[in-house]
Amino acid sequence: MVADWRVSIVERPKTALFGLFLVGLAVDLVLKLFGVQLTLGSANLLGGSLGLGRLITLVWDGIVIGLGIGLAGIGLSMTYSILSFANFAHGDYITSGAFAGWAVAWLVAGFGSGQLDGNVLYLATVGFGPTGPSPADLAINTIKTPIAVFGGLLVAVLATIALTLVIDRFIFKPMRNQGGITTLIASIGVALALRYLIVFVFGASNRGLTGGSPKLILAAVDGQFALANKRSTIILAQNGNAPTDVFYWLFPVVDIGSYSTELLSVTGAELTIVATSLALMYGLHVTLQRTKLGKAMRAMADNEDLARVTGIPTERVVRATWIIGGGLSGAAGYLIALERGTLAFNLGWLLLLLIFAAVILGGIGSIYGAMVGGILIGLTNSVSLVWIPSSFSTAAAFVIMILVLVIRPDGLFGGVTTA
Amino acid sequence: MSSSDGPVASTGAQLSRWFREGDAGLITAVMIGIYVLFTIFAILSPSQGLGGIVATLQAVTFWTALYAMLVLALNLHWGYTGLFNIGVAGFMAVGVYTFAALTAPTTGSPPGLGLPLWVGIVGGMLVAALAGALIALPALRLRADYLAIVTVAFSEIVRLSLLSTSLQEFTLFSSIGFIPDLTLGSGSGQGINMPINPTIPVKSLFYTNPTNPANGEITGLGETVFSLFATIGVRETVVVSIGYTLLLLAFVALFYWLLRRIGNSPFGRVLKAIREDELVANSLGKDTRMFKIKVFMVGCALMGLGGILWETQKGFTDPTSTTFRPIQTFYIFIALIIGGAGSNTGSVFGGALFASLLFQGPLFVSRIFSKFIELGDAPSTFAGAVAPALSLNFAPAAAYTLKNIPSLRFVLVGLVLVVLMQNRPTGLLGHRKEVAASIDLSERDGRTGDAAGKPAADGGQMPDGVRSESDSASGGERDD
Amino acid sequence: MTDNDAPVDSAGDGGAESAVSAETASPGGAGDAASERSEAVDASLVVEDLSKSFGGINAVNEVSFTVERGSLTGLIGPNGAGKSTTFNLITGVHEPDSGRVTFEGSDLTGRRTNEIAQDGLVRTFQIARELEEMTVLENLMLAPRAQSGEKLVNAVTPGLRGRVREEERDIRERVWETLELFEIDHLAEEHAGNLSGGQRKLLELARALMLDPTMMLLDEPFAGVNPTLEEKLLDRIHELREEGLTFLLVEHDMDLIMENCEHVVVMHQGQLLAQGPPAEIRTNERVIDAYLGEDI
Repeated sequence: MVADWRVSIVERPKTALFGLFLVGLAVDLVLKLFGVQLTLGSANLLGGSLGLGRLITLVWDGIVIGLGIGLAGIGLSMTYSILSFANFAHGDYITSGAFAGWAVAWLVAGFGSGQLDGNVLYLATVGFGPTGPSPADLAINTIKTPIAVFGGLLVAVLATIALTLVIDRFIFKPMRNQGGITTLIASIGVALALRYLIVFVFGASNRGLTGGSPKLILAAVDGQFALANKRSTIILAQNGNAPTDVFYWLFPVVDIGSYSTELLSVTGAELTIVATSLALMYGLHVTLQRTKLGKAMRAMADNEDLARVTGIPTERVVRATWIIGGGLSGAAGYLIALERGTLAFNLGWLLLLLIFAAVILGGIGSIYGAMVGGILIGLTNSVSLVWIPSSFSTAAAFVIMILVLVIRPDGLFGGVTTA
Repeated sequence: MSSSDGPVASTGAQLSRWFREGDAGLITAVMIGIYVLFTIFAILSPSQGLGGIVATLQAVTFWTALYAMLVLALNLHWGYTGLFNIGVAGFMAVGVYTFAALTAPTTGSPPGLGLPLWVGIVGGMLVAALAGALIALPALRLRADYLAIVTVAFSEIVRLSLLSTSLQEFTLFSSIGFIPDLTLGSGSGQGINMPINPTIPVKSLFYTNPTNPANGEITGLGETVFSLFATIGVRETVVVSIGYTLLLLAFVALFYWLLRRIGNSPFGRVLKAIREDELVANSLGKDTRMFKIKVFMVGCALMGLGGILWETQKGFTDPTSTTFRPIQTFYIFIALIIGGAGSNTGSVFGGALFASLLFQGPLFVSRIFSKFIELGDAPSTFAGAVAPALSLNFAPAAAYTLKNIPSLRFVLVGLVLVVLMQNRPTGLLGHRKEVAASIDLSERDGRTGDAAGKPAADGGQMPDGVRSESDSASGGERDD
Repeated sequence: MTDNDAPVDSAGDGGAESAVSAETASPGGAGDAASERSEAVDASLVVEDLSKSFGGINAVNEVSFTVERGSLTGLIGPNGAGKSTTFNLITGVHEPDSGRVTFEGSDLTGRRTNEIAQDGLVRTFQIARELEEMTVLENLMLAPRAQSGEKLVNAVTPGLRGRVREEERDIRERVWETLELFEIDHLAEEHAGNLSGGQRKLLELARALMLDPTMMLLDEPFAGVNPTLEEKLLDRIHELREEGLTFLLVEHDMDLIMENCEHVVVMHQGQLLAQGPPAEIRTNERVIDAYLGEDI
């Protein structure tokens, strides 16, 4: 066993080096958490300081964005492996879903709050008229207006499915027998056309969507864990004056001395995206494992050579690919916009490279890989803030992707039997 | 080897054959057609008279030249060698910012090294080539779509780094005693000034103080030229722009010459083989890695140069410029595809068509429309335009559409690309099958006896192995 | 020329000591001593215990054989025996999992394809890989080694380019001569993609010859070629042999192999099944079993 391990290092030095690098980062992280600093002369080597709350927040942020990316990546990964081309229009599918969904969400919210009259067209284009409501007026959030939020989500999914099917029928299907590169270039054309149609209809501005979101804060108060929905509550409690008229709940049993700090603050939107993403992924997992269609898709992804030998994939599997991939992309776009609270025409385009990174990291063709890859990329994007300035955090994710392509193009799960 | 008739005669013979063979003729014909079209546009537009026409033609030529250069450089990668590089914008950025760091004044904010213009240009090209090598070493063995993703990721890493405030201003060598400190910066979001840039040589023909014309006088030559153009209503600034555009055209010719030479040679032959089937090239003993790295570096150097000529003429740049975004790479790529990958003529052709018809054209069309059709104020949103339409008032919708032509033209570009890929993936000119050799392969020494007595073809600088349409076999089609 | 003395290696894992020709002075011996002697004396290519598996399937399993200099050796076996893979391993297209390949005394194992070709070991492909969008002339002009014009500086610089053109003229002469030799000179300016199957095979062979090889690995060079042409090609190959070229030939046409090769190596399911002169192979029971159901 030990000998195998050593042989692996010799055979794959780059991977070993990268592993060493990750171990170093982990050590540094632990040292920072404990406020330990290792120095050599006047140069700082390892360690430093890092609040536990900050780390937990970074990890949470990474998971939130990572789930969105993973959700979006599933469709890209499937298209890449079953249809054999990199779909550069994928980002704009995401954006389309977001706009379609949010238009409906605004319409529903407008209807619900009686602000529909004279504003229908404006709400339908996720914008404001001269006298129209503002996002604050609509006050959409998951708790208060669940119908708007989930209605919008549903529409986002359905609209994107329709869009991808139409695009496939008229654009990609006639090109089935042309090479992957030609189709890739065509997808760039689709991306451009779609994006600027969105600009034409919805405008180029970055608009606010929601009017603020309820929060949930987890903190340690005098050694006990507590939940509240306002920061002021926590601060008062930490000073010994726990208020009684607002939400404040102490975890029973656990008591670890007199540690007091804020640990994590999550918004309703973040919880929505996490819960929905996990639910959708679980639903997909069940579909893949239990249904016939799912088995067919897994077989196609596993034995790609066999599938090739038996010819072009049947239209059924292809359609299923687009439906699942498209639907999830629409959901991802909608949810990401919800979490950010803003929406612009280049939402998907800006994320596209990160999504590629996730798909490549997870292994092209592997659905579980896309999910895991997404979370890892999200984590890279946010936890890297411990070490590098925020302007470089996206670049860090890209560097990871380039490293994966160079060291292990199959990614984590690619080339392994999985869906 | 050299002609007995003298270089002038041989060049003349070369040129006339060049025209006849159709490549240069085609480009000239296309440009004339574009000029005619845009003259019509200019006449129909909100009037600016003859001066307006000249200014329009200058603008069209300017953009055509810029696109032609970058498309030619990309053609070296993609058309010749099959390297799918969509990080062009990144290499342009590297060229521009290296130029800026080298030539910006040491007192500027951010500061540069204050070196002369040519150092900036050569330096920009070198660093772009090095960046190319950096990417090439790990990435060139990846398959085409992975290489595409890596190059666009690189392009974004460059752009994001330039935007970062961490690099806004930094000092090198501060901890090493014996090397003087070097303060440089990217300027991040605020950009960087480049008073020394390629327009200066042009301006120095007309002004005694080219970096700040207002503080100096107009030269004798300037007086003559300005007054000449003033008689047809062309303003001073347009004249200077014409000068710069002529400089650009010279560079286009240079790029074309260079690429022709590279393509029509054993080196170019190996590139062609690599694009088709790298394994065969390897099995014939060619070290394909080295070829790919070399051609990648040369192409990136050209992209750096193209970027410098494109961007620095503004005198100022910042990382939010469209020039540095992936979309710019896609425009160049689309221009290449339109013209036809693999053909230098196709590259210029595609650049001309893209820059004029797809890029500038729609803008002119919308101006003309709004001049002739009174549509009233355009609503600022789609909703505002559609509402009146429901009660059959279409003017606001039309006005809104016209106002948004800049966006709609990219819908058009996207659709053009899709249609091309479905029907004619090798571009409008197709895969021009230029034979890759420095000599005419169909000749044989001693076969007809003429081969030895072809002074014009064998001498001079132009390769004589160029064929325009060589689709059928039928014996040796000989030049001259 | 039949070789009566070479022992037939009926075990699957024959070492390098098998198949040493009795016509030379050295008697057969065991182990590396013999292989070194045979390298020095008459073996052009020595393959020792070559193995490669792809995703759990043993494509080539401890195959060893020797190819004598100046010989025409046949490599046969039913479909899927691993012949093309063996070629790929020898020419560096894949790296073997284990084993060694020695060519004219130098170790080729794990070296790059282009280096191996530069050393004089050239192969052709089973499905002819002519460069479709290049003309026949271009295809052949591509092949010769050490063209100064392949250096970018030489190709571009005004003064140096003159020398490049000189060289190209010389190569062009050779190319035309070769085309005439193979009687495809009338196709010189055709794009290789327009050629028929048989013509492509000729092109492939002609192109490989332009490299001045010492040894050629031909992967089914006669597939799809009409009999007259096949005759001509075989004559050409024999002529080249007399000029010193060594050939290792993969073919399905048994008669051709038996009639032309003096030594035959048989592979089956990735392993060496037998090797020896055609007469012995023809009557070897294991070989017959392997081909059961196929025509010999």
